[in-house]
Amino acid sequence: MTADVLVIGAGPAGLRSAAGIAAKGYKTLLLEKSDTLGGHLTKWDRLFPNQTKAEELVSDLIDQLGETLILNNSVAVSIKRDKMGWFTTKLLSGEVVESKSVVIATGFRVFDATRKEEYGYGIFEGVITNVDLESYFKGGKFGSINNINPSKIGFVHCVGSRDDKVGNPNCSKVCCVSAVKQAIELKEIFPDAEVYCFYMDLRMFGRGFEQIYLDAQSKYGVRFIRGRVSEVSQNSSRVLVVKAEDTLSSRPIKISLDILVLMSGIVPCDENKILLNNSGISISDDGFMMPADSFLNTNRSNIDGIFAAGCIKGPKTVPEVLNEADSVVNHVDRFLRKAL
Amino acid sequence: MKERIIFGFDPFVIPFTLGMVFIILYLLTGTTRIVLSLSNSERVSLFKSLFSRSLFKSIKEIFTDVLLHIKIFKRNALLGYMHSSIAFGWFMLIFIGHLEVMLYTPHRNGVLYYPVFFRFFVMETNETLRGAFFFFLMDLFLLIVLTGVSLAIYKRFRSIKLGMKRTSKHKPGDKIAMIALWMVFPLRLIAESFTADISGGSFLTKGVNKILFNFVSNHDYMLPVWWAYSSVLAIFLFALPFSRYMHIPTEILLIFLRNAGIKSTSSRDGFAETEIYSCSSCGICIDACPMLSVEEKSKYTTVYLIRLLRRRKSESLGAVNQCLMCRKCVELCPVQIDSCRLKLLKKGEVFQNGVFNHNYRKDEVEKKEQSVNIKEQDGIIYYAGCMTHLTPAIYTSFIKILKRANIPYLFADEDGSVCCGRPLILSGGESSAKALIRENTALIESCTYKTLVLSCPICLKVFKENYELKDVRIIHHSEYIDELISKKVIEVEMSDMSAIYHDPCDLGRGCLVYDAPRRALSKVVALQTIDSEKRESICCGGSLASRKFSYSEKREVASDSLNTLIAMDPDLLITSCPLCLKTFSSVNRKETLDIAQLIEKQMIKH
Amino acid sequence: MSKFGFEIAKDLRRDLDCSDTLLFSYVKSRQPDILKCIGCGSCSATCPASVYKQTSFRRSILMLERGEVKELKSLIEGCMLCGKCNIVCPRGINTRDIILTINELFIENKL
Repeated sequence: MTADVLVIGAGPAGLRSAAGIAAKGYKTLLLEKSDTLGGHLTKWDRLFPNQTKAEELVSDLIDQLGETLILNNSVAVSIKRDKMGWFTTKLLSGEVVESKSVVIATGFRVFDATRKEEYGYGIFEGVITNVDLESYFKGGKFGSINNINPSKIGFVHCVGSRDDKVGNPNCSKVCCVSAVKQAIELKEIFPDAEVYCFYMDLRMFGRGFEQIYLDAQSKYGVRFIRGRVSEVSQNSSRVLVVKAEDTLSSRPIKISLDILVLMSGIVPCDENKILLNNSGISISDDGFMMPADSFLNTNRSNIDGIFAAGCIKGPKTVPEVLNEADSVVNHVDRFLRKAL
Repeated sequence: MKERIIFGFDPFVIPFTLGMVFIILYLLTGTTRIVLSLSNSERVSLFKSLFSRSLFKSIKEIFTDVLLHIKIFKRNALLGYMHSSIAFGWFMLIFIGHLEVMLYTPHRNGVLYYPVFFRFFVMETNETLRGAFFFFLMDLFLLIVLTGVSLAIYKRFRSIKLGMKRTSKHKPGDKIAMIALWMVFPLRLIAESFTADISGGSFLTKGVNKILFNFVSNHDYMLPVWWAYSSVLAIFLFALPFSRYMHIPTEILLIFLRNAGIKSTSSRDGFAETEIYSCSSCGICIDACPMLSVEEKSKYTTVYLIRLLRRRKSESLGAVNQCLMCRKCVELCPVQIDSCRLKLLKKGEVFQNGVFNHNYRKDEVEKKEQSVNIKEQDGIIYYAGCMTHLTPAIYTSFIKILKRANIPYLFADEDGSVCCGRPLILSGGESSAKALIRENTALIESCTYKTLVLSCPICLKVFKENYELKDVRIIHHSEYIDELISKKVIEVEMSDMSAIYHDPCDLGRGCLVYDAPRRALSKVVALQTIDSEKRESICCGGSLASRKFSYSEKREVASDSLNTLIAMDPDLLITSCPLCLKTFSSVNRKETLDIAQLIEKQMIKH
Repeated sequence: MSKFGFEIAKDLRRDLDCSDTLLFSYVKSRQPDILKCIGCGSCSATCPASVYKQTSFRRSILMLERGEVKELKSLIEGCMLCGKCNIVCPRGINTRDIILTINELFIENKL
């Protein structure tokens, strides 16, 4: 198969880049490893800061695809440049795509919370992740729990992030505001429940985020405890017992909860590593892709003609991802015009 | 046999004789000093042991370990041959030499140098039976020793061919003694070849005599060569106390003391001194040490640590604080030096209770609520331990097994408890740990059941060795699970997966539990085997004993151990220690499970 | 503040200009990991001794850094060196080495 531009990954970054590039008249091929478009957004219910429905955003992005050709269930394994300056992308199936430029938008993986053994995910029924909670909001099951009327709920921030012991020293950026958002959403469903957020730092960096925090405290009565959860166990009535330290008052605390939500972070995806290594694209020590530089060329890789957008380069919010996608469209356009 | 030299003396024997006198005095003083430094009860045990069966055990061990080096043979035949050919060969040369003097020149009995320089002073042809026999034996053993020496020289350049990736580096004293030792036997060969045609010889000496005929026929060269032989022996003997070869006489004393039941009570004096001087610097402990994953730590391995202890250097404490206490060096040491005990003693000598105060409770520990009728004696006390609380998968799986098997149990530390005390002991605070031991003893005794099951091998070891629980059977959960399976209290089904089992240091080498976990596991998975297993298993690196290892250094040890374990790419890595589980699961891409988790998964639930 | 005729209360503020950092430097030179602490509290949360005594590793190294060493003994004395704090620390700090170093400070009477 040939195209002008190959976009790998049909999450928000890939969808937006492909739409923009196709709108400029280039023959665009969009590759996606699963059979649905939208990436992690398809698992999410509502997005901060203003509770936009994720599925509406995804369908808007898909509507803009225009003439883009879509290839589902395809995984790219390597990208090589040939003598003529064309890029040959090999797929897992053995097929080959030839293009004049490539945009890598393969995104991230959610941290597997079973790796944080002390929290008991997969062992104790009441322990779920942020992803499980979102699917509950979308109308699914509450993880594996039968109790759908919890009276005490806790959120653990920084699960799989800022943690040398699981190999990810980075902050995943979006989980603090997501946790507060989800806490509010739970309070809306269970107004009588006590909701606690166990945090190390509360990173409410964006516009409107401090307002969400303020609303969580004053309007919804969410309680914030500064201290990282160290252990989770279960007592005889199958209620979770959580140990943390209330660092602000310097006392260790224990509390029993019905539900504990683990905010699993954004970590690099193993398949990305394979693709990037096979293609000679630089990866940082933390496993995310290293862009050409930190300021002026953040959407370019170390290989001229291969661009990248989205969380493949590290944790980002959805608007930031979409902005990067728009920027990549311009970069690709300039690159292809020069090549002519 | 006729004597060639009437007075049986020549000045060349002086260097050797001085050396022998020196070393005999040194050994006598040393032995007396060590025996005097023992406690009274130890001296009594030593005295008693000389008149009991342990005397035969000691003599046997002198043969198998000091002379024949059987333990080294088992590791690598060529390496074993190298050590034993020199040791046993030289022993036989000395022994047969003394026999010759006793039989044929009895008037020279007691002359120190006579057996060594026999061929210079005595004439005999090999046409007589005794000449043929003894000369043949001497030449044979000299040849054996020479092959050993050439292997030793070769080992300095290509140690890997003798099964050792690394050998120990030498100090100046070692180098002088070693080179002297290497020169002794070639010089003996040349010297005896000189006299082969006048005093008699056998296949080797006569052979060399013929080859070097032009050289040896000139008898002006004869005395200088014998002088050289004597001098080189003297250098060796004088250098002996300052070199690693001191292990030759010391090991004999060590064997007697050890078989009298004496153990080290200080890190440098008394029995410890015997252990320290018995170290032959063979270097087997270097390859065994898991610290080598971090290159700069190779200088802390046991052989170098023992040298620091020997010279009473203060740096020895720094080295002791690095050690992971996996006990693999102790297991593989051909001289059986309990270096981990010395390290613990060293830590204990330095540890002081400056700030710690472990008196927690003032009231009685309440009796734990029984889950069944008190008449049921068949229940178990389950003590998870500190680390198991951080890996809840282990205790939840084990409790599920107990429930399925309808075993009454008391989860003694369900709400947490005081630490078992072993990490404090491993830091040298054995006396401080008594307070913790008191607390936990009260906790366990407040439960009426008589079997204590532990999930953590660290707890297991301390409960077995440092606690005194009356009539309580103390076992690990893998042993208990094995019993449940073999008594058919629970049934398990085979899975289609392959697995490798990792022996935790404190469960395997520490408590000698190797087979029970494997028996249980072989009923549920296809168990692979590797060379580095059971007593030779490699530490995961998660050890609490090392004070100085950083997290990233421990990870390097874990990665290297993991690579050895999964060399045959099993589906699962199984272990039976919460610390090993945590350490390996952070570096293993595939699944790491505790034995309780796997058995619970494979239990047939009717 | 000038004297009014009331009793003047002691200034309760911790004056960081005068904090005694000598002991902190001593521990820092033996174990530089102590600088990495983010004060998350995992160590104190998981500590078995914190159930029975005021033991808090996090607070103890904070106090050491602030130069407030009078409290230090009560914050460390219950420590059993069990190593759970070592396991849970997200920054991979070698907690036991720091505790043993503080113990040595007490023995050498620097505290």
